[in-house]
Amino acid sequence: MSKHLISHLFQSVLTLWAAFTIAFVLLQALPGDAVLIKFLASDFGLTPEQITELQQTYGVNLPLWQKYFHELGAIFTGNLGFSVQAGLPVSQVIATNLPPTLLLASLGFTAAIVLALSVAFLSAFTCFSWLRQALHALPSLFVSVPVFWLGIVLIQIVSFQLGLIPVINPGHWEGLILPTIALAIPISAPIAQILIRNIEATLLLPHVAVARAKGASHVWVLWHHVARNAVLPTLTMAGLLFGELLAGAVVTETVFGLSGLGSLTQQAVNNQDTAVLKAIVIISAAIFITINLIVDLLYPILDPRLRVAQEARP
Amino acid sequence: MSPTRHTHSHPTQAATISVSANEHLPHKAIHTVHFWLGKRLSTLRQWPISLLLSWLVIAVVISWAFIPGLFTAYDPLTGIGKFKLQPPSWVHLLGTDALGRDVYARIVYGASHSLSGAFVAVGLGLTVGTLLGLFAGSAGRKTDTFIMRLVDVILSIPSLLLSLSIIVILGFGTVTAAIAVGAASIASFARLSRSEVLRVRNTDYVEAAFGSGGTFLNVLWRHVLPNALTSVIALAALQFGTAILALSTLGFLGYGAPPPTPEWGLLIAEGRNYLARAWWLTTAPGIVVIMVVISANRISHALSERRS
Repeated sequence: MSKHLISHLFQSVLTLWAAFTIAFVLLQALPGDAVLIKFLASDFGLTPEQITELQQTYGVNLPLWQKYFHELGAIFTGNLGFSVQAGLPVSQVIATNLPPTLLLASLGFTAAIVLALSVAFLSAFTCFSWLRQALHALPSLFVSVPVFWLGIVLIQIVSFQLGLIPVINPGHWEGLILPTIALAIPISAPIAQILIRNIEATLLLPHVAVARAKGASHVWVLWHHVARNAVLPTLTMAGLLFGELLAGAVVTETVFGLSGLGSLTQQAVNNQDTAVLKAIVIISAAIFITINLIVDLLYPILDPRLRVAQEARP
Repeated sequence: MSPTRHTHSHPTQAATISVSANEHLPHKAIHTVHFWLGKRLSTLRQWPISLLLSWLVIAVVISWAFIPGLFTAYDPLTGIGKFKLQPPSWVHLLGTDALGRDVYARIVYGASHSLSGAFVAVGLGLTVGTLLGLFAGSAGRKTDTFIMRLVDVILSIPSLLLSLSIIVILGFGTVTAAIAVGAASIASFARLSRSEVLRVRNTDYVEAAFGSGGTFLNVLWRHVLPNALTSVIALAALQFGTAILALSTLGFLGYGAPPPTPEWGLLIAEGRNYLARAWWLTTAPGIVVIMVVISANRISHALSERRS
């Protein structure tokens, strides 16, 4: 087991390093750097000497390979570079913007899971075939809805038509209701799809037939014999869903005018603030890799079948 | 078992190999085409209604892109000020915007921007990704491991962030947005085509093709690629819908086409300022996007179902 753990850890670190390299190569290829864009603007009125001096302090003129090792080393000390746009260290900018996004993302994730579970199990419980068909069609509708459009429509209906939540200065929690719904609906689609497929596949397994033959009711079978089998495989999607959540946060925060990692990303793109964008790319890759590592290690503990298979492997 | 396979001493083994090799002989081709056509026409009537509707939606949107003038008489770029912000009516099917432009006309003319962007994106992802996957699946183990590790790393970065990073480098615009969306899909195409190549490579007919003297490239081109392509095309249809969504998102954020262009995402963004007064400005283009994406997903589903 410890050997398994170490090899997983090693692979994760390797992947993270590769992600850093890709982000570096990608965002270093930029022709006009952010320092020049900001300070060459005529209203700054800097002399060429001052500009060279500034470039030296930001490390713009170092050779590429030197810059690469400089940045790679700096990450270990928690130094993610300097945001030219904000005039602050990137780590500080991210530290202030990460908590609201994490809150929104976890609210959205929870709501998505609740939504997906209710769609999947309602479709398994119901005895009306028209309702089941409608519920089965729901995920493919959800997955096709643009997040930003959903947000706008929600504002339109809930705030303008019904007047339930004020558009300007809603309370903190009240203001999070609509963004959470907008974020949750598209994310719930892939979870619900997998759940529905798993429930249908599990219902055909022999142990369900045995339970039925013994006289178990449909509800009992679903709860005791199907639920765990069907829910577990969705865990493997957790890392993928995180990426969706982050992408969704970029859009929802823009639509609802919330501050966070999403709106920070948008500002970084608008101002070509590559240091911030690079840090966001690396952090999201790190979170993705960590989630996948945890799932990989947790899965055999939760699913005894896998544990047996793993031990049987030479 | 395995030695008999290669020496052809086992009669049934030899028979199955020769039959599967036979399928590729030319004299059977004409016969198969007739059979195929007849079968297609009769199955078209048995198609589920949702699949027919999906093809209909795609056909209509493609016609919008090629001959927009046939569907609307209005100009998408210049409006009449005195008819601004009119609700949907028989004169203006989906109402007018703040400059008095017909919203339906803008959606129709916008189809060419959104569709061509999606085609560029999918074309880029499909070509580069499939070549990468083919190469990885048929090259040596070390090359394969290296390429697939790289693909894993790229998949660990959320695709919107990847697209945004590319947009930062290349700048804003319709073409760069399409390239950014396409580049973000390369990894999934590479992964799928590689697994398909590995699947096909282990089949008897590929082994037989090698056994009957086919060169590596020859077998790859004539046997592996056509058989691997079906599921790649299903993924392409799926990615087409995803690309439409991603492009409209980039357009909404302001990284796609510049303002007077009637791109669908931009239409929704422009309608944002008139939420309280004109619901149709945002609702109509959004519903069109949803319909196109659902249709692409439905078609992709049908394509991948046909394979299995």
